[in-house]
Amino acid sequence: MSLLEVKDLTVTFAGGIEAVRGVSYEVSRGEVLGIVGESGSGKSVTSLAVMGLLPENAQVSGSVKLHGRELLGMREDDLIKVRGKAISMIFQDPLSAFTPVYTIGDQIAEAVRVHQRIGKDKAARQAVELLDLVGIPHPDVRARSFPHEFSGGMRQRAMIAMAIANDPDLLICDEPTTALDVTIQAQVLEVLKTAQRETGAGIVMITHDLGVVAGMADRVLVMYAGRPVEQGPVDDIYYRPRMPYTMGLLASIPRIDGEEGPLVPIEGSPPSPRALPPGCPFAPRCPMKVDACDDEEPDLTAVGGGRQVACIRSREIEDKGLTGADVFPVPVIPADELVRVPRAERSTVLELDGLVRHYPLMKGSVFKRRVGTVYAVDGISFDIAEGETLALVGESGCGKTTTLQQIMQLEAPQDGRVVVLGKDSANLDRSARKALRRDLQIVFQDPMAALDPRMPVGDIIAEPLRAHGFPDRVDELLELVGLSPADAGRYPQHFSGGQRQRIGIARALALEPKLLVLDEPVSALDVSIQAGVINLLDSLKARLGLSYLFVAHDLAVVRHLADRVAVMYLGRIAEIGTVENVYDRPAHPYTQALLSAIPLPDPAMERSRKRILLEGDLPSPADPPSGCRFRTRCPLFARLPESQRRRCVEEEPSVVRQARDHGAACHYAEEIEVITASDDQEEK
Amino acid sequence: MRNKVVLRRLLANRQARYGLIALALLVVLAYFGPYIGAHDWSEKDFLSFLSAPSADHWWGTNQIGQDIYAVTLHGMQKSIVIGLLVAVISTGLAALVGASAGYFGGWLDRAMTWCVDLLLVLPSFLVVAVISPRLKNASWLWLVVLLAVFGWMITSRVVRSMTLSLREREYVLAARYMGIPGWRIILRHVLPNLSSLLIIDATLNVSGAILGETSLSYFGFGVQPPDVSLGTLIAAGSDKAVVYPWLFFFPAGLLVLLVLSVNLIGDGLRDALDPGSTR
Repeated sequence: MSLLEVKDLTVTFAGGIEAVRGVSYEVSRGEVLGIVGESGSGKSVTSLAVMGLLPENAQVSGSVKLHGRELLGMREDDLIKVRGKAISMIFQDPLSAFTPVYTIGDQIAEAVRVHQRIGKDKAARQAVELLDLVGIPHPDVRARSFPHEFSGGMRQRAMIAMAIANDPDLLICDEPTTALDVTIQAQVLEVLKTAQRETGAGIVMITHDLGVVAGMADRVLVMYAGRPVEQGPVDDIYYRPRMPYTMGLLASIPRIDGEEGPLVPIEGSPPSPRALPPGCPFAPRCPMKVDACDDEEPDLTAVGGGRQVACIRSREIEDKGLTGADVFPVPVIPADELVRVPRAERSTVLELDGLVRHYPLMKGSVFKRRVGTVYAVDGISFDIAEGETLALVGESGCGKTTTLQQIMQLEAPQDGRVVVLGKDSANLDRSARKALRRDLQIVFQDPMAALDPRMPVGDIIAEPLRAHGFPDRVDELLELVGLSPADAGRYPQHFSGGQRQRIGIARALALEPKLLVLDEPVSALDVSIQAGVINLLDSLKARLGLSYLFVAHDLAVVRHLADRVAVMYLGRIAEIGTVENVYDRPAHPYTQALLSAIPLPDPAMERSRKRILLEGDLPSPADPPSGCRFRTRCPLFARLPESQRRRCVEEEPSVVRQARDHGAACHYAEEIEVITASDDQEEK
Repeated sequence: MRNKVVLRRLLANRQARYGLIALALLVVLAYFGPYIGAHDWSEKDFLSFLSAPSADHWWGTNQIGQDIYAVTLHGMQKSIVIGLLVAVISTGLAALVGASAGYFGGWLDRAMTWCVDLLLVLPSFLVVAVISPRLKNASWLWLVVLLAVFGWMITSRVVRSMTLSLREREYVLAARYMGIPGWRIILRHVLPNLSSLLIIDATLNVSGAILGETSLSYFGFGVQPPDVSLGTLIAAGSDKAVVYPWLFFFPAGLLVLLVLSVNLIGDGLRDALDPGSTR
C-alpha cells in the first residue's frame, strides 16, 4: 500500500481562482517523487494543501490519505499530531522557517518533545545527534547558536535535522535548495539523501530545477496551470517525454555539457488562473496544437509503464519518437562578423587592472571606529575585446556585484584601473563621464525592481534617449526586443517577468551602447522564458556588435552565452579563460568543484556522476584565510603533503597561464575533466 | 507619455470627476453666488439681529445683522485660495526638501535636516510674533507663506526617510547609470513613487490651513475684521452653534464640502498615478 495517496485534489481561492485543478499522485515508502513546474503552476499550493497549511479562505476538495487515513477535513487537533510526526516539511527560505529568538538546538529539541514524551536533557542530546547527522561541525557547540549565526546552507541542514527529528514517514521539500549556492546545494542534497537513507521516508520534492530532480527523484510529476500534465518514472520523462510541455521544458534548459547554439524557447507565458484558455491550457504555446486541442482539456490518461500523459497527440509523439528540438521551432541566430577576426586584433572595450574595493567595517553608534576591512574586491584584472562576452561567475559574496558597481560608477577606484573604451575612469570629468555612459549600459537582475513601477513603459525606454538628446525611437526598440509598440502606454506590472526583462534590455540598448553589463539577467525568470531571453541577447549581440560583461551564478547559462569566463572566489579571480578551456579542462580546484556541483538534467548521468563536494561555507570576506583564500575548503589542499601545503598557507597564488587564454590562480593546478566524470572512469 | 496616461486615467476615474465638478461648483458659488443674494456682505440689517434663515436672509443673520449667505461666500473666496495654495506650497516644499536631503545625502542632508529640526523645535507663534510688526499692513498672501512655512517639516522628514530606501532601488540606480542628473531623478522617479503620501498630505493640509489661518489672525495679519474668512466665521460661530446653529453650520458645511471635493480629487489622482489600482 502506498504511503501517501492524493486524489483529485483541487484548491480554490477566494474569487473562484482555481490554483490546483485535480492533482492525483501516490508516494510509496522510500520513494522520491519530484514535482516539477514553473512558478504559478500550483506545485507549492498542492503540498501546502497536503499539510493542511493553507489559509482559511482556500477551499480544498478531493482526498489526501496518509497510511489510508484521510487528512482532508481532519480536526486541527488531530492534524497537529500528524504534522511534524508523520509528515514534515522543508521550506525554501530557512531563515524565515526558524524563530530568531530561540537557539537552533532548542527549536529542534522542541520539535522532538512535541511528539515524543521524553525529558528535556534527552531531547537536547537528540538535537545534537541530529545536527551531527546532517553534517554540522561541532554540533554540541552549534546547537547553542541562534539562527542568524548560521549560514544559509547550515540553516537548511538544521531545517532538515528538525524535519527528520521524529522519524517521519513522508518529507515534503518545497524548493529546498533554490536559495542556496551550487556548492552548498550539492552539500544539502547529499544530506537529504542521507536523511532519506536513515529514515526510509518517502520524499515529495518540489522544484523548478530539472537538474535537481534528475539526480534525486524516482518518479516525476510535471505540473502546468494547476494540473499534472505528465507523470512517470524519471528516465521515461527525461528521455522519452510525451507531452509537448515537458519536451519544451527539457529542450529549453541550458546545460553545462551542452552544445553551443540557440536554446529552444517556449513562446508566450503560462496562463493566468483567472483566464484559462478553453481546451488544453498549454495549447496557446504549443507548436503541435491542432483544432481539437481547443475543444476540451485532455485528461491525464495512463499510457502503460506507469506513465500518465495529458495530451491528445501523445501516441503520435511516441510513435514518431519526437523530441523537443524536433517540435519546437529553433530560432536562427546570425553569426557574428567580429568573431572571425582574431581576438588580438580586436579593440579592447573594457580593461580592469588590479581593481580593489575595500569597505571599512565600522562599529559603535556615537563614536564610529574602524574594526576591520571587508575585502570585497581584492585586486582583479581582466579585459573584454570588442564583440566578446566575458562571464564573471562565482557564488554569492564573492564580489561580483561590487565589481560591477565599480565599473558602472565610472569613478576612480581605490586602487587599480578601470579603462572603458580606452578611457581611464580616474581621469574623467563630468561631461566625459556622461558621454561615456552612452556606451556603457546595464541590465539588472530583477526585472520588477529595475523598472519604475509608476512609469509607463514608453517613458521608461524614452528616458535615456531624452537624457542624451537622441531622437525618439521607442517603437523601434520595443520591436527589437520582441514587444509591440502598442504596449508603450502600459505600466511594467502589466507585463510578465520575461517581458519585463525585455523592456530592461530595450532601455539598455536605447543609446546603442558598445558594452552591455548584464547582472544575472535571467536568474529571476522561469526556465521556459529564460531560453527566449538568452536567445534574444545572443542575437542582439550578433546584430549590433555588442560586447557583454555577463555576471551570473548559473554556469550552464554562462556556457551558452559567453566566450570567456572568469571565476571569482572571495574577491579574487580563481580561474579565467575561454569557455571551452575552463569548462572542459578546469585547472583550479574551486572551478572543478563548482562545475561538478551543478546538477545535470540527465538522470543516468546524475546517477553515475562523481561529485567533488566542498567542505563548509564561504569564509567571511572581512577575514579571508592567509595565502590561498580557497585552501580552507580546498579538496586538493587536503590531499597535499605537509611540505607542499606550506606554500598554500604562506603565499597567495596569482593567475598563472595554463595554456593559450587559460589561467588559474593555484600553486598546484592540474587540469581534469569534471562535468561528465563518473565513478567508472575513476576506477579505470 | 506619463502625463497623457495619468490624465486619461484621472478623467476615467468616477471619484475624481465628481470631485472636480464639486470643486468647480464651489468656486462658482463663492465668486458668483454673492451677485444672486439680496444683500452685500458688508451691509448690516439693523432690523434683524441673529434672525433664523428666512426668505429675506436665506441663511439667517448674525449678531450685527450681516447676511450669513453673503458673508460666508465672501469668506469662502479667500479660504479656497488660502487652502489650496498653502497645501500645494507646503507639500511641495516638504517633497523637494525631503527628497533632495534623502537623495543627495552628505552635507546637504545634514544642513537640511538641521533646518527642519530647528523649525520643528521653534514654536511657530514665537517667530510669527517677532516678524508680525513688519508685516502689519502687508498683503494677506503673506499669510499663505507663513502657513506654508510652518506646516511642511514633519512630512519632509517622512519623505526623506522614504527617499533613503527608494534611492537604493535598481530603477534609480539604472537612471543614475544612464547619466541622468540627480534633480531630474528626484522629479521623475522619487516623487512619483511617493505620490500617495504626498497627495494625502496635501488634502489634509487644505482643511488644516483654512482652520489654522484663524490662529494667525490673532497676530494681526491677513484676514482682519471686518473682513472674514471661513476660518474666522467658524471660530466665531462655534460657541453659538447650539443656540444659533445657522451661524456655525453654513460655514462649517461649506468647509466640509470643500475638503470633501479636494479629497475626492486627491483619491482619484492617487489612483491615476498608481498603476496597481484596478479602476
